[in-house]
Formats: sequence, structure tokens, C-alpha cells
Amino acid sequence: MTTNPNDISSNTIDDSSAQKIPETKITVRDLNLYYGDNHALHNIDMDIYKNKITALIGPSGCGKSTFLRCLNRMNDLINSVRVDGEVFIDNKNIYDKDVDEVSVRKRVGMVFQQPNPFPKSIYDNVSYAPLKHGFVKKGNSCNELVEKSLIQAGLWEEVKDKLSQPGTSLSGGQQQRLCIARTIAVQPDIILMDEPTSALDPISTEKIEALMLELKEKYAIITVTHNMQQAGRVADYTAFFHMGDLIEYADTETIFINPGKKKTEDYITGRYG
Amino acid sequence: MKNINNKTLSDNPFYDPSLSKRHSKARRFKIFTITCIVFALSFLVFFLGDMIVKGLPAFQQSYMQIDVSYNDKTIASTRKAIDKKYRRIVSRAWLRNIPNQVEESPELMNTTQSTWVLVNHQVDQYMKGHYFKIKSKELKIIEDMHAQGKLQLQFNRIFFTQGDSKIPENSGLKSAIIGSILTLLVTMVVAFPMGVMTAVYLEEFADDNRWTQFIEVNINNLAAIPSILFGLLGLAVFINLFGLPRSSPLVGGLTLALMTLPIIIVSSRAALRSVPDSIRQAGYGLGLTKVQVVQDHVLPLAFPGIMTGSIIGLAHAMGETAPLIIIGMIAFIPDSPGSIFEAATVMPAQIFTWAGMPERAYIERTAAGIMVLLSVLISLNALAIILRKKFEVKW
Ligand SMILES: Nc1ncnc2c1ncn2[C@@H]1O[C@H](COP(=O)(O)OP(=O)(O)OP(=O)(O)O)[C@@H](O)[C@H]1O
Ligand SMILES: [Mg+2]
Repeated sequence: MTTNPNDISSNTIDDSSAQKIPETKITVRDLNLYYGDNHALHNIDMDIYKNKITALIGPSGCGKSTFLRCLNRMNDLINSVRVDGEVFIDNKNIYDKDVDEVSVRKRVGMVFQQPNPFPKSIYDNVSYAPLKHGFVKKGNSCNELVEKSLIQAGLWEEVKDKLSQPGTSLSGGQQQRLCIARTIAVQPDIILMDEPTSALDPISTEKIEALMLELKEKYAIITVTHNMQQAGRVADYTAFFHMGDLIEYADTETIFINPGKKKTEDYITGRYG
Repeated sequence: MKNINNKTLSDNPFYDPSLSKRHSKARRFKIFTITCIVFALSFLVFFLGDMIVKGLPAFQQSYMQIDVSYNDKTIASTRKAIDKKYRRIVSRAWLRNIPNQVEESPELMNTTQSTWVLVNHQVDQYMKGHYFKIKSKELKIIEDMHAQGKLQLQFNRIFFTQGDSKIPENSGLKSAIIGSILTLLVTMVVAFPMGVMTAVYLEEFADDNRWTQFIEVNINNLAAIPSILFGLLGLAVFINLFGLPRSSPLVGGLTLALMTLPIIIVSSRAALRSVPDSIRQAGYGLGLTKVQVVQDHVLPLAFPGIMTGSIIGLAHAMGETAPLIIIGMIAFIPDSPGSIFEAATVMPAQIFTWAGMPERAYIERTAAGIMVLLSVLISLNALAIILRKKFEVKW
């Protein structure tokens, strides 16, 4: 069994090209997940890189969200779940006994399909978690952090005059950017996004995509999407899941233009059925 | 298209012969449901109307303006304070109070005052139009005084400032109201935090295993237990085992807390469950601990629902009589309880006591007591609705 995250296994990217080798942020080894008796993920091996956007694609129910939730131990909240295998983040297995899942989630932020701001003011939405984590104290430093996060999320100009209004009063796209700002404010290394634009109109989607491209300068981003164009537009790497298996994982261009597996090609070209 | 008559029928593409039958069936069903509502409403109107007709007179009481002399002699023998001819008209309870009056305002001593004096319940009932056997001598005085405007119905303050009394015109609801307040305070202080905490544990923290299922089933069973059994439990545990004072608001409140607990737990759980999971996910996704998520995000959202459920539970406890009778809160309590350890009675128990009295004045007070109790209960329910509405618009 592979335990050394630096081993190159079948599903890691082939770096024979002259490209600069990207820095590995997450290494998944032999990951299996069970919902009770339902074996939802089978022997997943995958390396995920820093400052890149990795897209997870695949038909509904194939385990994309499940896999994503493994990366910040959100699955621990579901009673029936059992996880086998290893997920190394910065060379530390987050499923080790001495790792607290709360601190994992602090470093691996998550943005959900439906925008879910807290029913509090815009300001409180962003400042709540950093205050609780003790990153900042109430007052100037907190104000600065809120402003910085909202600027990064591209929302500052739209909300700077109404920070005390409830976050739920914003439009769907604005709410989603507020959720991203809230995630950024905790200063994670990795941002997980589960279909972040599927509830949004094209213009809001475009803004979020632009935002993702900006954010990858600082973070590793892993996003689930059902939108092939979106994967093509933003993702550096794409992983195709099918019925709990990771079928193919390569840079986006390869997956879309020259897929190695028949299943991938069928799915990409819309012949999957 | 052969002939005109046929044409009109077959040309209507929406014509359906079975439809008129189905429509009339629907109409019959509607009439039936409306009849049911009318029945239910008329019962309610009849009950409320009867209560109001019977109870309203109790909010007025007859007073008579006569001369009262305050001196050593009349304090020693209070009957002598008033003219002999009024002795069978004026209330004994009022006369008995003369020494207290002097004690409160000493300047009354050695004076004669023209005062409004409480009359006894027979005269009062006569004034309210009910026949009473009153001797012709007194009857003449009553008619005279009434004609002069010196005998009239005034607002019945006594009903709210006195406790129970063996003298009907002197009996009031005050000690029962205070007893009810003290009892419900104990109930809330015990049941609210316990109920909410239990609900939070079961809904947010507990795993779904045999043990929690067992607790859950038992809580639901608790809600179905006849209330009188809670009285027996209270008697056995709080009074006999722990030796807490009998008839006290403390024991009554604890007993009612046991009864209210399942209501609070069930409604709090429903309120917690109605908080969208996405809020919890958002919290956990930010690396918050369970307690932070529950305390700062879930509970505030569930709070209006919890409050509504608790107030309804409180209203429920307020109207409860049977278990309190068992633990002795039916006692004759002329003086209001000063603490939760003293003997007390509660409003429904007081109503129950009065309902068993033969005098017409008590019948009147029974109905009036029910009116007061109902008003409080309706206000509590209204408060629950207002609270829910108010918290809802807050975000
Ligand atoms: N909370 C859960 N409890 C039990 N089984 C679950 C749970 N969540 C997901 N599953 C199962 O795990 C499998 C993978 O689900 P998952 O939600 O990861 O799919 P997905 O790829 O994200 O699908 P979609 O594109 O529709 O979001 C499915 O068979 C699903 O039934
Ligand atoms: Mg999903």
C-alpha cells in the first residue's frame, strides 16, 4: 500500500512535458468510503495541486460531493459514514487520530451549492468565524479583515454601504460571493466548492468563475461542476468520477481533447446515458 | 353536422355528462363541513355567552352610603358603628374590618364619617335582580336608599384584592392569582431550561442509537400520561419522599414542570429541526465547533419556535387542576401566599372550589373566575403569536 505521498501512482499527473512541476497540496491514497453498506468511493488515489483549480465531473450520484467532503472531514457529521484510507494535506494525514476535524475545516474552507449565508448582517457573516477563531479582535483589525475578504470576493463595491443589512437580503449571486468572502476570511489553504454556480444566473456565474481564477493565485481550489464548459473555462485539472471510481484524472485539455478512457469520452461528448 | 339540436350538444368539446353529478357531490360535502364548523362555533358561542352573562355581574358589587362612627366602643364591638336598622344589610366582613381601617388612618378615631359600605350578598343579589327572601322592613330601607342613590352597584375591587372567604361578598381571586403566578414561575424555571437542553441534546448532539430512541419514546409517552397521575407522582416523590411542604407552589410547580416538560421538548425539537441544515453545514465548513454552531446559529433561529411552544406549555399548565388537587392546592386560602413554600391555591382550583358552593354569589364568582382565567390564557396565546411574528421579521 502506498503511504508515501510523493509516490507517483497511476492516477497522478504525468509530468513528462517540460511544464513546471506544480506543488502537491493534497494527496489521497486508497480512499474508500461507505455509507452503511453502500460502498460509495472505491480506492481513490489522487494528487491535488496548489495554485490550481481542479474540477470534479461525472454523472449524478457518482460520488463527487462525497469525495469533496472527505477532504475537510465533513463526512464525519453523517452518522453512517466510515472512511478508510489516507488524505494527506501538507504531508499530514487528516484522518490520523491526533488530528482534530475542526482544525481541518478551518484550513480547508467549503462553499456550497445553495448560497447559505447566516441570517445575520453582512459584516457578521464575514467576521463571525475569524472572531471565534481568535484571528482578530473586535475593532479595527476586524473591520480590515472584513473589508479585505469582501474585496477579494469582489463584493466590496456592492455592499460597502450596507454592511449592517442582513446577508440574506442580497441576490443569489451576491450571497454566493458573500459565502466565498466568509470562507476566505478564515484564511484557509484550500477551498472546496460543490457546484458553486448551479443555482446562479449566467452573469453571476461569470463573476464567480473570474473570482475562482483570481483566488487560485493563493489557494488550491477544488470544484464540482456539471457544466462541461465551466470545467473547460476555469479548471487546470479535471477528474472524471463514475459510480464511485475515479476513472480518469489529467490536465483539463487532455480530458477534453484527448481522453484516455472510453467512458470519459462518452461522458464529455454527451453520449453518456 | 346533421341537425341543429345535436349540434349544440356534440359541438361543446367540454361537455361531460358525469360532471354535474360530481359537482353536486362536492357541494354536499362542502355543506356538511360548513355545518360542522357552525356546530362547533355555536357551542363555543353558547359557552362563552353563558359564562359572560353569569360572570359579568360579579365584577360589580353593591355598596351603601351610611354614617359610620369610629370610637373605642365601636372598635370593641363593631356592630355598633352603624345605625341599628342597617345591621342586617351591611356585610359582616366590612364591619370586621373597622379596627384595621382605624389602624391605617388614625385620624378617623372619634369621628363619624359618611362612607360607602359593603352590603351583604343577599342584598347584593337583590340589587342584581335576583329574588331573595329579605324581610319587608329591610326591603323598605333598601328601596329608599336605592331611590336616593345611596345604594348602588360599583366596580368590585374586592374580587381582585381579597383571597377566598367564607363570606361570599368578601371573597376574591387574589390569592389564587398569586398562587398561580408562583406555581408557574417554579414550573418555568424548572421546565424551560431542562426542556430546551434536552431537545438540544437529542436533536443536535445525540447519535441515533437504541438509547436515544428509548429516551424519545419515553418522552412521547410522558406527554400522553393522564395529568392526575402526575399529581400522584408529585405527592409520592416531592411531598412524601423529599418532604417538601404540602399545598405549596413549589410542589405544584415541580409537578406541573413534569407535565410541561414533554410539550417543551417536543416543540423545541420541532423548532430545531426546522432550522435548515445548510446553516449547520456553513458553520462546520468554517471550522466552528458543535457548541458554537448550535449556540450562535441554530438556537437563535429556533428560538421563536421554542418560545411559542413553551408559552403554550405554560398556558396548558395554568389551566391544569387535577394534579394540583392531589397535592393539596385546593385548600381554603384567604391570605395570599408570600413565598413558594406557603400553602396556596391556583385559579382553576379556586374556580373548582367556588363551583361547589350553593350561594348564588359564588356561582357568579365561578363564572367570573373562568372569564379571568380564559382572558389570561388567550393573552398568553396571543403573546406566543406576537413573539413568533416579531422574531421572524428580525432577519
Ligand atoms: N448522506 C448520505 N447518506 C447515505 N448515502 C449517501 C449520502 N450522501 C450521498 N449518498 C450516496 O452516495 C452516493 C454518491 O453521492 P454524492 O452526493 O457524492 O453524488 P454526487 O456525485 O455529488 O451527485 P450529484 O452530482 O447529484 O450531486 C450516492 O449513491 C448517494 O446515494
Ligand atoms: Mg453533489
